[in-house]
Amino acid sequence: MLKIITMTVNGKETELAVDDREALLDTLRNRLGLTSVKRGCEVGECGACTVLVDGEAIDSCIYLTMWAEGKHIMTVEGLKGRNGELSPIQTAFVEEAAVQCGFCTPGLIMSAVEIVGTGKRYSREELKKLISGHLCRCTGYENILNAMERIVEETYRTVNRE
Amino acid sequence: MYDIEKYYQAKDVEDAVRALEEDADAVVISGGSDVLIKIREGKLAGCSLVSIHGIPALEGVRMEADGTIVIGPATTFSHITYDSVIQKYIPALGWAVDQVGGPQIRNIGTIGGNVCNGVTSADSAALLFTLNAVLELTGPKGTREIPVAEFYTGPGRTLREHAEILTAIKITRENYRGFYGHYTKYGKRNAMEIATLGCAVHVKLSADNMRISEFRLGFGVAAPTPIRCFKTEETVKGMAVTDPELYEKIQEGAVSEVTPRSSWRASREFRLQLVRELSVRTAKEAIEKASGGEADA
Repeated sequence: MLKIITMTVNGKETELAVDDREALLDTLRNRLGLTSVKRGCEVGECGACTVLVDGEAIDSCIYLTMWAEGKHIMTVEGLKGRNGELSPIQTAFVEEAAVQCGFCTPGLIMSAVEIVGTGKRYSREELKKLISGHLCRCTGYENILNAMERIVEETYRTVNRE
Repeated sequence: MYDIEKYYQAKDVEDAVRALEEDADAVVISGGSDVLIKIREGKLAGCSLVSIHGIPALEGVRMEADGTIVIGPATTFSHITYDSVIQKYIPALGWAVDQVGGPQIRNIGTIGGNVCNGVTSADSAALLFTLNAVLELTGPKGTREIPVAEFYTGPGRTLREHAEILTAIKITRENYRGFYGHYTKYGKRNAMEIATLGCAVHVKLSADNMRISEFRLGFGVAAPTPIRCFKTEETVKGMAVTDPELYEKIQEGAVSEVTPRSSWRASREFRLQLVRELSVRTAKEAIEKASGGEADA
């Protein structure tokens, strides 16, 4: 059954008719063209489809679009600056060479947004736990952790300087 | 698209109960991290769903005037872990649910779903057993309360009737005040894993911190349902925390009360070894916390 819902996607209010069997992954990727949201395992194991719902990282493959009514959804497309520039988190991933094939990257970046958003400082061990919902099949975890550590530290310093 | 035959979003608990009464085959969906995966895997394909997702009355943690902590069943694992009441009074529960799946799963999975699934491996269950949690179920005939230790009737089976919704998880003051707890999960990986064995302990020491005045030991995956080791608990009551026989008694008692099975995850023998090892480690950790008086619960 179709139902019309309104959600805010990357800051833009979006109204669309949604089937009640639709996963948020399908809606974002196939209907809204947000292809940073990757279709991976489809059972909430790999984290490739991670997006933020009201600031919390979730696997969009196991989330019904119906539930997004009135919520704020954010994907990697929403991180882009006014002139298309990369966000500091994305820059950290580039500079630390935390990207190999790139399939897990958008999901990891969205988790990074949630983690960095807390403004807290995390140890490498804590960061390992915080990204444990992501699989990188290139096994490039070391560089991913380097990027995470760098951005967490940079943000913590900035926040505490203010 | 999910293979869902029928989907009904309930407006409130009453509406959900009514919808369940009308549809004998309907399955309740809350966070979705179990139900949607089962649909994807085919086990629940073509099912009829009654969604209680997003019903505000079922979410959040609060403390009542008499000190009872009431956990809304639709509260997600991460919201429990970061809740100030939980952190202050029952930090072991916040820790236990932080062992479920991975961060994204903990942002959608709910404690009520974890309990109502009826599985022995639920990370919240063993811990709730040691807190003597009481489950409030609301159905067509009204509300009833069941102690969590009586709720499970077999693997995947509970006393919840078809048209009933779990509406509250209650922990009374005498069941957390002065208690210190810990939970140990054993799995082959540190994340995205179902427990091979889970062990929960809550302990209360005498005023001088020298003796055990109450000891509660719970396990997940050590039997077809989560269990408490009541006999063992009795035998260590009153023992000095420095008594060299204390941990031996806990270990031997625990092994005599559990009935683990062999599964593809682990053999019965290995699980028995885990029962010995984890009961000691978890008890030590809880007693250490109690002696140090880390949290002023």
